[in-house]
Amino acid sequence: MSNTVTTAVPAAQEPMKFKKPSQVKEIWRRFRKNKGSMVGLILLAFIVLVLIFADFIVPYEDGIVQNLALKNQAPSAEHWFGLDSYGRDLFSRVIHGGRTSLGVAVLATISSCIVGSALGAIAGYFGGKVDMIIMRGLDIFMSVPDILFTMAVVVAMGTTFANLIFALTLAYFTNYVRLVRSQILSLSEVEYVEAARAGGSGSARIIISHILPNAMGVIIINTTLNVAKIILYESTLGFLGLGMPPPAPEWGLIISEAREFMRTAPHILLFPALAIVLTACSVNLVGDGLRDAMDPHLKS
Amino acid sequence: MYRYIVKRILFLIPTILGVAFIIYFVLNLTPGNPGRSILGANASQEAVDQLNEELGYNDPLLVKYVNYMKKLVLEGDFGTSYFTKQPVMNEVLPRFWVTLQLSIIGIIISTLVGVPLGMLTAVKQYSAWDYIPSILAFLLAAIPSFVLGMVLLLVFSLKLNLLPSYGLDTWDAYIMPSLCMAIPITAFNVRFTKSSMLESIRADYIDTARAKGATERTVIWKHALKNALLPVITNIGLNMGGLIMGAVVSERLFSVPGIGALIVDRINYKDEPVIIAGTIVISITFTIIMLIVDIIYAYVDPRIKAKYTRIKG
Repeated sequence: MSNTVTTAVPAAQEPMKFKKPSQVKEIWRRFRKNKGSMVGLILLAFIVLVLIFADFIVPYEDGIVQNLALKNQAPSAEHWFGLDSYGRDLFSRVIHGGRTSLGVAVLATISSCIVGSALGAIAGYFGGKVDMIIMRGLDIFMSVPDILFTMAVVVAMGTTFANLIFALTLAYFTNYVRLVRSQILSLSEVEYVEAARAGGSGSARIIISHILPNAMGVIIINTTLNVAKIILYESTLGFLGLGMPPPAPEWGLIISEAREFMRTAPHILLFPALAIVLTACSVNLVGDGLRDAMDPHLKS
Repeated sequence: MYRYIVKRILFLIPTILGVAFIIYFVLNLTPGNPGRSILGANASQEAVDQLNEELGYNDPLLVKYVNYMKKLVLEGDFGTSYFTKQPVMNEVLPRFWVTLQLSIIGIIISTLVGVPLGMLTAVKQYSAWDYIPSILAFLLAAIPSFVLGMVLLLVFSLKLNLLPSYGLDTWDAYIMPSLCMAIPITAFNVRFTKSSMLESIRADYIDTARAKGATERTVIWKHALKNALLPVITNIGLNMGGLIMGAVVSERLFSVPGIGALIVDRINYKDEPVIIAGTIVISITFTIIMLIVDIIYAYVDPRIKAKYTRIKG
């Protein structure tokens, strides 16, 4: 589990791996100047650290073991976020729930990026019939509202960690197909790709080592901004009762359990909602900053 | 232009075939069967088997699919619900109408509020007119619609007792469900319009317009706005997906009898005819709205209009 959560930080800083060091420094220099994004980055780093070391902060069992005598108790020194309607420690549920919510979101983002980019690269590079089949198929696929599709898949296959990732991947890979395809269409005309082709490189090699690295900037910016959307989407599934099965904590599920008691115990709604909003905001701040830093012509 | 529209409408046919097949395929991965769901856990296995046979549930996937499409195309019959035994369209259409009303209100609110606010933030960049709407939009874009709906419910129904908390019996019952759907999209529209407008304001043709001595008002309204609106119009079409998701959530939250809630409920009963018919109806609406957006787009953008007029002539 902890591995899945650690990926959140590298996802935001990935460009550093394949850009030349000077360019990475340049991006970082521009990123650092943006105060909002730095706040977002620090907040996000803090959230990720808390989630990674969740077991050392508060035991998972505190959020599972019920204590009906103390149900709906307001926040206190002993229970920072109070207790929920089953008398479970809300602090533990929010933190351990975050591991599921953020873990699913990050892994689903990565897998939809890989699947979508691969399809988009194939469609864009080969063109012709292959392109037509993929893009028409995508049109049909996209005319089913993705929430209906995701729900059907989750119900059909069962609500497990892997199936949630699969369902969210189905909902989000389409963005990448279009994005990468259009990038490839414009890049395959460029001189260095012509040169590689003339030099006898195969199609796969040209796509992987010449075209994709150059399309990476756009893909990374989109990916970061997608993480926040997927966090909200995942919590919506949890809210609709289609997330991880209870009693396992998850942000959307905790909030749906808060519904009945929100008048008398609003803290059950407040803390998981704050967790979602803070995480989504900090991811968006980092994404906006990354976009401005990597694509300076968008900014004045 | 007509050729383009006809082509797009014809594409509805493979879309419907494809949508029906995808849903059939996904539902056939599901454990459980309609006979068991209808008769309950206490019914005998024979009765369940017999009912499944009657419903045609045991036929192979492709046979079921072809039978279904034959009936749909030849007789316009969407089948009968496994669950209520009613003709599917009797259930789906009234529910669809409810969702359509809410969605239209949602689109109107999110466009009429979101787009002008986004333009305001771009034109008055780095002033209070920019910061306040931008920060609000930034926060609202990070709040899931069900949290928003619950806060509305808590404040306006439970605490202030101003608005009804469920159903759609009176006009004021429409307020919260449609707001719950519209607010996240409004926030998104503000952000999107702002960046589109900023990009347009920085373009070379704006410098040219200023250089030739056009007033600031002409520059913004005539040159910048027209170009900035193109991506915004496309975006309104793309918002539909988010709107359906908002509909599912707010119908659940406010007990509104809409099609989103219907489909979610019936997924648990494996009521294939209702789920498929509901999804097809939504998909057709989806495609038609995209088509309308494309046509508007073509009329706003002289470049596209010219292209299609040439083809026709």
